[in-house]
Amino acid sequence: MSSEHATAHKPVMSPFTIVAGIVLILGALVTVLRFTGGLAATTNLSDYNPWGLWIGFDLLVGVALAAGGFVTSAAVYIFGMKRYHSAVRPAILTGFLGYALVVFALHYDVGQPWRLPYPFIVQSGTTSLLFEVGACVALYLTVLFIEFTPAPLEWLGFKRVRNLVVKLTMLLTILGVILSTLHQSSLGALFLIAPSKLHPLWYSGYLPVFFFVSAIIAGLSMVIFEGGLAHKYFHDKMDETHLREKEDVAFGFAKAAAWVLAGYFSIKVIGVAVDNNWSYLATGYGAWFLVELLGFVALPCFLYAVAVRDHNMSLVKYTAGWTVLGIVVNRLNVSLVAFNWHLPSSERYFPHWMEIVISLFIVTIGVLVFRFIVTRMPIMHEHPDYHGEH
Amino acid sequence: MEYHFNTLHDFMVYTKGVVYILILAILIGFVAFWSFLNGRDPDRKPE
Repeated sequence: MSSEHATAHKPVMSPFTIVAGIVLILGALVTVLRFTGGLAATTNLSDYNPWGLWIGFDLLVGVALAAGGFVTSAAVYIFGMKRYHSAVRPAILTGFLGYALVVFALHYDVGQPWRLPYPFIVQSGTTSLLFEVGACVALYLTVLFIEFTPAPLEWLGFKRVRNLVVKLTMLLTILGVILSTLHQSSLGALFLIAPSKLHPLWYSGYLPVFFFVSAIIAGLSMVIFEGGLAHKYFHDKMDETHLREKEDVAFGFAKAAAWVLAGYFSIKVIGVAVDNNWSYLATGYGAWFLVELLGFVALPCFLYAVAVRDHNMSLVKYTAGWTVLGIVVNRLNVSLVAFNWHLPSSERYFPHWMEIVISLFIVTIGVLVFRFIVTRMPIMHEHPDYHGEH
Repeated sequence: MEYHFNTLHDFMVYTKGVVYILILAILIGFVAFWSFLNGRDPDRKPE
């Protein structure tokens, strides 16, 4: 890993650096506007649409795509699939950054962000779904932080603390699975309170199940998608084990994703049948629902299966990207497109450009922090002092 | 697909009937999909 030589000749002002710099400057300006002028100055939110892009994309999509952490650690530590071990640290890092950015984004969306800890101290009861989501996200962010710490501790040379944290791996993995199951499904359950606002094709008593199962698909696909990108941009940071196990991880996760997608497709169809919503399929919303169901669920399910059968690595990577896009489409459909569907178009929500800037700002921060950590800490390679230990 | 229901019982009988048929088709479909998915799997041990 002669990264010094590889990075020494890289130009400081690459297209990525320039775009990231512009987004960061714009994001910083909008941040000042948001916290001085309030939500009205920077968003199109209203009493009809209190949840916009910052909840639909930053929170719902962010949490779903961060599911790779619990999916991968459960596969490796609980189900004993040690051949996927090299994927654990990148997945945990993505999960930790994903959840950290979700909480960061909530500071923009919540009218009075200093009240974020209120559910734990000032509240009317613990039966609220939003309390359940808040409690699980706070606890799981803590769990992910502890799961992530062995990498910085190895980097900083704190052997004793690192060894103590590694001993907690199984406990943390079990906690991660429990907390993720609870809040991934609860995010879907939040919409159960609005049966008259959400379009019948997306509204279902099974929404918590849909959200949880699709989060597993998101997690599996995100690990493949991110692994492909990491192989392209951080190739020099990977050790032999990572490079050797890369294909195993991709094909193993692709097979799992194909299987879960088949199950997800089935329960979505059953969801339509249970409420007898077949007649809505012939409407405009029905066409869009079919695009989501056939284009972003059935198609990737088939493509993953073909890619695994033919041992086609590039098809696996493209399908993973397409599936991740499908999860984005699904979460935006539930929270924005199919929400308040009966309202006249003048009352419908479309994000303000400043909301889009903040979402891009948060994604950019995530990418930059990911790059900072991966280029310095033992994420895609083993630290020489701990060879074969974790 | 439009069907007129007079009672909740009518509705439940109709929708449950459709769901049971779907589940049967899904179970058969899963077997077919599993064999398609593992069709050329190099890791699969010969029987």
